[in-house]
Amino acid sequence: MTSSMEQLYQQVILDHAKFPHGRGLGARADGQSHQVNPTCGDEVTLQVDVASGVVDDVRWEGQGCSISQASISVLHDLVVGQDLAHVDHLAETFRALMQSRGAGLDDEAAEDELGDANAFTGVGKFSARVKCALLGWTALNDALIKSGAREDA
Amino acid sequence: MTSTIDAPSDLGTPRTLGAAELAAVRADFPLLERTLRDGRPLVYLDSGATSQKPEVVLDAEQDFYVQRNAAVHRGAHQLAEEATEAFEDARARVASFVGVSPGELVWTSNATAGINLVAYALSNATLGRGGEAARRFALAPGDELLVTESEHHANLVPWQELAFRTGATLRWIGVDDDGRLRLDELDGAVTDRTRVVAFTHASNVTGAITDVTPFVAAARRVGALTVLDACQSVPHLPVDLHALGVDFAAFSGHKMLGPTGVGALYGRRELLEAMPPVTTGGSMVEVVTMTETTYAPPPQRFEAGTQMVSQAVGMGAAATYLAELGMDAVAAHEHHLAGLLLDAVASVPGVRVIGPTDTRDRLAAVSFVVDGVHAHDVGQVLDDAGVAVRVGHHCAQPLHRRFGVAATARATAAVYTTDEEIAVFREALAGVRPFFGLGGGA
Repeated sequence: MTSSMEQLYQQVILDHAKFPHGRGLGARADGQSHQVNPTCGDEVTLQVDVASGVVDDVRWEGQGCSISQASISVLHDLVVGQDLAHVDHLAETFRALMQSRGAGLDDEAAEDELGDANAFTGVGKFSARVKCALLGWTALNDALIKSGAREDA
Repeated sequence: MTSTIDAPSDLGTPRTLGAAELAAVRADFPLLERTLRDGRPLVYLDSGATSQKPEVVLDAEQDFYVQRNAAVHRGAHQLAEEATEAFEDARARVASFVGVSPGELVWTSNATAGINLVAYALSNATLGRGGEAARRFALAPGDELLVTESEHHANLVPWQELAFRTGATLRWIGVDDDGRLRLDELDGAVTDRTRVVAFTHASNVTGAITDVTPFVAAARRVGALTVLDACQSVPHLPVDLHALGVDFAAFSGHKMLGPTGVGALYGRRELLEAMPPVTTGGSMVEVVTMTETTYAPPPQRFEAGTQMVSQAVGMGAAATYLAELGMDAVAAHEHHLAGLLLDAVASVPGVRVIGPTDTRDRLAAVSFVVDGVHAHDVGQVLDDAGVAVRVGHHCAQPLHRRFGVAATARATAAVYTTDEEIAVFREALAGVRPFFGLGGGA
């Protein structure tokens, strides 16, 4: 295996893909979004509950590659319990990481905030896989819009 | 004509490509020389998506621009004449390659555009365009369009849309567990209301080659039009569209060693002559007044606007290149590769083929799933070994749904593919499950 492969499939990613967090949909949710990656048919349905401007819970069901599944699992861990402004900030930081072409953000504060999501740094080298890593974040943003919580905040 | 290529011929084993001939073929494809990340040699097993191009095709395109570039079918200067000759010579080469007359071959931007051309011509006829002659193409609510579950979206979605526009009903025949079309469903599915039977000559997913004969026979019994998706057959098998007896067939240049941006639609002459135009504008007309227009005879009637001349010239060169190799030899070589690909996949634990597992009536296109590993991840590990395969649904979502999978990985060979490349593929595939901490391996 080459080093870029090892960088892409870090153990953190493989672990999240194997034992994803937040899986399983509820009967209802404040906001729900279904997103597909049309190039490979990956899908996610993501539900979000928001209480007093804080993400109360994220639940999801999906099928897809290890990058997409692990990314949604990490997203779950990062955003539950966070206020909407911080969630949007995390989403923006993660997008910036994906656009760094594998170089990382060179920003210690950002690295601290992203936690396990730093493991996805190597994904940025593979432009075809960036969409996989962003699938869950796209769904979260859409679900938050549908929840109407941003207008209430 | 059946497309069986496994049966021993009376003349003995069909000629295949010898080692020296294959080496010479590979030398014709500059891109195959390049290396990938970390200096790895390229093992290109994605020819089903698009083929690589031999130097003669690149040269033909370049030569057109360097020596002959001018507007075709207009202008009386020498350059315009030479450009027109090159354009029409390419049409004749491609037509002859698939056993039809040049006047029956319409240039399209790709195969998708060819199939849409037929669908929209039927639509326009339904609206009364094309006069008395086109009435035979008009559809009415309750008419039926028949497709198969095996179709590429390009030969499915245009018929769905035509059904929505006209009130016709879309029906289809299924696929069996081996990925073969359910011919036993054909007789029940073709009714007196069937107006179009659109089907693939060879699946881009399962690699199964369709026996065209029963489709044509069933369609003729009720006077339905046949539309053949020949994208995967024309680059890999000897194809004689007149002998097959289909009414229309579409195929693309870029899958048969030619350029992108060009494809061809074959239409039986009397049908093209009766069909109303679809895209309208310059070059496809006879007399234009401020209120109405009469249209040129086919094929120009269907070629509005400036055409993709250099690409057409390139596609003509590709047809000649393949014809000179001999499509019997190409098919025999790829038949051998199909066996190697199937053996490779069968030798790795935890890998399952979606499609026939024997080489009878089958292309060297093998789609597979690796237990516990998503196709995208499979493709990434293969890519790390320099092996290029396609991952995803290959524009055939209903077929994937039929097999209960969202995505597969697909290895497809072409005339330039070697035994050694398939050995590299096998070794890389054996490493996929172990890489993800699953059992198996070589």
